[in-house]
Amino acid sequence: MSSTAHTLPIAPAAETLPPRNTAWRRFRRHRLAMLGASIILVLVLGSYLGPYLLPYDDTYIDIMQRFAPPFAGAHVLGTDELGRDMLARLMMGGRISLAVGFAAMVISMVIGISVGAIAGYYGGLVGAALMRFVDAVLCFPSIFLLLALAALVDPGVGSITLLIAATAWMDVARIVEGQIRSLRERDFAVAAEALGASDRYIVFRELVPNAIAPIVVAATLNVAKAILLESYVSFLGYGIQPPVPSWGNMLNNAQIYLTSAPWLAILPGLLITLAVTSFNFLGDGLRDALDPRMEAA
Amino acid sequence: MNAILEVESLRKWFPVGGGLFGRGQKQVKALDGVSFSVNKGEILSVVGESGSGKTTLGRVVLRLTEPTGGAIRFEGQDITGLSRRALRPLRRRMQLVFQDPFASLNPRMSVARIVATPLMVQGGVGRAERRERVAEMLELVGLQPHHAERYPHELSGGQRQRVGIARALAMNPSFLVADEPVSALDVSIQAQVVNLLLELKEKLGLTILFIAHDLAVVGHISDRIAVMYLGRMVEVAEAGALFRSPRHPYTEALFSAAPIPDPRLRRSRIILQGDIPSPLNPPSGCAFRTRCRYALPACAEAVPPLREVTPGHFTACIRDDIALQASVSTP
Amino acid sequence: MTETLLEVENLAIRFRTHGGEAAAVSDVSFRLGRGETLAMVGESGSGKSVTSLALMRLLPKAPQCTVSGSIRLRGKDGGMFDVLSLPEERMRAVRGNNLAMVFQEPMTSLNPVQTIGAQITETIRLHRPMTRRAAEDEAARLLDLVGIPSARQRLSAYPHHLSGGMRQRAMIAMALSCEPSVLIADEPTTALDVTIQAQILDLLRRLQEQTGMAVIFITHNLGVVAEIADRVMVMYAGRVVEQAAVLPLFEQPLMPYTQGLLRSVPRLDLAGRRTGALPAIRGNVPDPRYPPAGCAFHPRCDFFIGGRCDSQAPALDITPDDRQVRCLRWREIAA
Repeated sequence: MSSTAHTLPIAPAAETLPPRNTAWRRFRRHRLAMLGASIILVLVLGSYLGPYLLPYDDTYIDIMQRFAPPFAGAHVLGTDELGRDMLARLMMGGRISLAVGFAAMVISMVIGISVGAIAGYYGGLVGAALMRFVDAVLCFPSIFLLLALAALVDPGVGSITLLIAATAWMDVARIVEGQIRSLRERDFAVAAEALGASDRYIVFRELVPNAIAPIVVAATLNVAKAILLESYVSFLGYGIQPPVPSWGNMLNNAQIYLTSAPWLAILPGLLITLAVTSFNFLGDGLRDALDPRMEAA
Repeated sequence: MNAILEVESLRKWFPVGGGLFGRGQKQVKALDGVSFSVNKGEILSVVGESGSGKTTLGRVVLRLTEPTGGAIRFEGQDITGLSRRALRPLRRRMQLVFQDPFASLNPRMSVARIVATPLMVQGGVGRAERRERVAEMLELVGLQPHHAERYPHELSGGQRQRVGIARALAMNPSFLVADEPVSALDVSIQAQVVNLLLELKEKLGLTILFIAHDLAVVGHISDRIAVMYLGRMVEVAEAGALFRSPRHPYTEALFSAAPIPDPRLRRSRIILQGDIPSPLNPPSGCAFRTRCRYALPACAEAVPPLREVTPGHFTACIRDDIALQASVSTP
Repeated sequence: MTETLLEVENLAIRFRTHGGEAAAVSDVSFRLGRGETLAMVGESGSGKSVTSLALMRLLPKAPQCTVSGSIRLRGKDGGMFDVLSLPEERMRAVRGNNLAMVFQEPMTSLNPVQTIGAQITETIRLHRPMTRRAAEDEAARLLDLVGIPSARQRLSAYPHHLSGGMRQRAMIAMALSCEPSVLIADEPTTALDVTIQAQILDLLRRLQEQTGMAVIFITHNLGVVAEIADRVMVMYAGRVVEQAAVLPLFEQPLMPYTQGLLRSVPRLDLAGRRTGALPAIRGNVPDPRYPPAGCAFHPRCDFFIGGRCDSQAPALDITPDDRQVRCLRWREIAA
């Protein structure tokens, strides 16, 4: 055996490895996630482009066509108690609901990840103080917290989004804190420190990507939660104010007509369910796709 | 002698337990007054069992763990009190290779990204130059160019350890701490990595602080060896001298306990009685006296200092009158 | 030749995975005599631990895992019986009574919320009709036997009160509680320090002399093998590649893998002399999911011949001096 035997090529092992496996390829294999992504795409496109293609404005009152049932007559999905076109209202409501849900998620993630990462990475007194604050906020049911805050500000899309975000970031902070706390002890974090990396680099480039799975799941759950929270608050009169439609306030307006005009409740309800489920599926798919350790099944 | 690293009475105490405001708190003395120096171009090995403080030592000299006391001088500069910012340029010159080749690589990053990390962190290197440097490093450690796109979990243990070495060497350091770099690897892979380290040391003129518990590997690779027991160095000597004529009873016992892959050499061992004492509550005087077959009442009285018995051979045993067994009593 | 206690023939273990079925172990045969120590040597993925779990019937049930071949064990009545066909109920009695196992990491195999004494007493009473008091006396005797000082008091200690070496002793005491005829020790000293490892090896050897039990010692450390084995079985990629008595195996290994392993390990008796690069085996340990065709060792072998070693799977040959070797070219290589 020659003394340079160890520097010989290691080719045989390479040939037996599975083929390259990109995040996109892993995501595509996830059928439900693909379905979820497609539905979300349809909902978003429909909400933002749809109204331009419809003959009816969402505030146009067709007084002769009140309570028109779906699939009968000029209004494809029927009309509401004032004779407004349901499809147009659902599309405009979708803009509001999806935008509020998405924006609230992004804001709550930014707050949650920052607080969680700082608490988890530094630990000690700072970490303990931050996490006790999170626990304290978590003690209040988010709906009461939301209502208490909503009573103090003018209701509007922007303020409602901020309020929802303010009640939804704690779970994320808790998840991220736990993950970062255990990850920062791992050798690769020490390795980054030994290379001279800054705290910010270690936290956001090395550690947070390893916590991406629970973060993405929390994010998609937060979109769903934000859409639901928006509908609760709107129902209680503190949310999106009529005549501006949102799926939430449409659903709640429809309550008194549940027996006479069930489509008024079913349609926005269906869309909320569809959006929430699709975001959850999308979350599952992203979690798997973003993990390079996921084997080709 | 041209020292690259000089360490003086280094201490690292970890507080454990205790209530609020540290009442009833105890100290684990992981390092309790360790002094040594590493000369340019040599491999100094630190050997010891669990609880000896050898891993802590590696981390403290790189300032990855804060020392409780003592001084560390690297390339003539006192780095004991330097801030992280001030340490950053020094990180180019001193690096670390880990024991666990899986935990030390970020599972979310490709090999190319891992090896490029030091260049990104230290900055001043363009994208194209980075890619070139990564390819160069992979070749240096015996990996193929196509490994660059792989993720750690797609590699074998030996390949992962090569990636760890490539990352440590990407900035051309002069000093490397290798913390048990082969003990987590399969037997048939260990020799490859040992050879690689020796080869790189020659090629790049590295100085290595090699931390290990495997005496055979240490004996093969080292210029000098330091033996640690419960946070202190008990013997430091040139490798040949240590194996030929150990001067500390603990070194003798370590040699005797190490199994040798030759059934003809089944020998009567010196089997140490009892366990390694808890570092929370170490014995008074010489910490090894509770397991030492040469112990005298005087051993309990004071901590024996490390003293030079022959040129370059230091021991922390007060008994000069005993003849200790060499590593192997071959005819 | 001593009385056979355990006889394994054509043992094969297959696991069902996402990608289909994979053979973890195939064609493993050996016998174990009274008082004998068989060392099973191999690297990760060689199938040595899976084999030991199959002997204990501790592998997942079919269809996730199928075990074929025969495992015959001598019962305390003196007759041989088949382990694989035993109903689960009877197998439970066999574990502990006839076959016992010690694991690498004693902390994970001991219950952290029960005292050592309670755990040993329970094991004893599971297999032997005994009052609690008598079982406690027996437990104290066992702890004393394995060299735990002040054994009586240690009965009330919890696992985390003990050091790694003491925990491993307690595990051995538990394994010995029903005087098994065969003890399987799966890397019992790998997690321990050298000085403690020497104590445990010494203990096992002493216990074996006293009780005449046979030991299957699983390890990757060739030094430990040389120290305690009577016979050695080298495994690679799920197959036995060489089997021989310890002295001939170390003096004249036949299979290139064994040769390479022995050469690549640095020697303590040569320590401190500059000997240059170690003669390493090149390449990597094969991924058990993608074993190389032909001889599994061929990509790393210095005696590899294209067209033969990579296409024809070698059979286990029996040499004239009753050794086993799995290599197409062993005769040429030995010559």
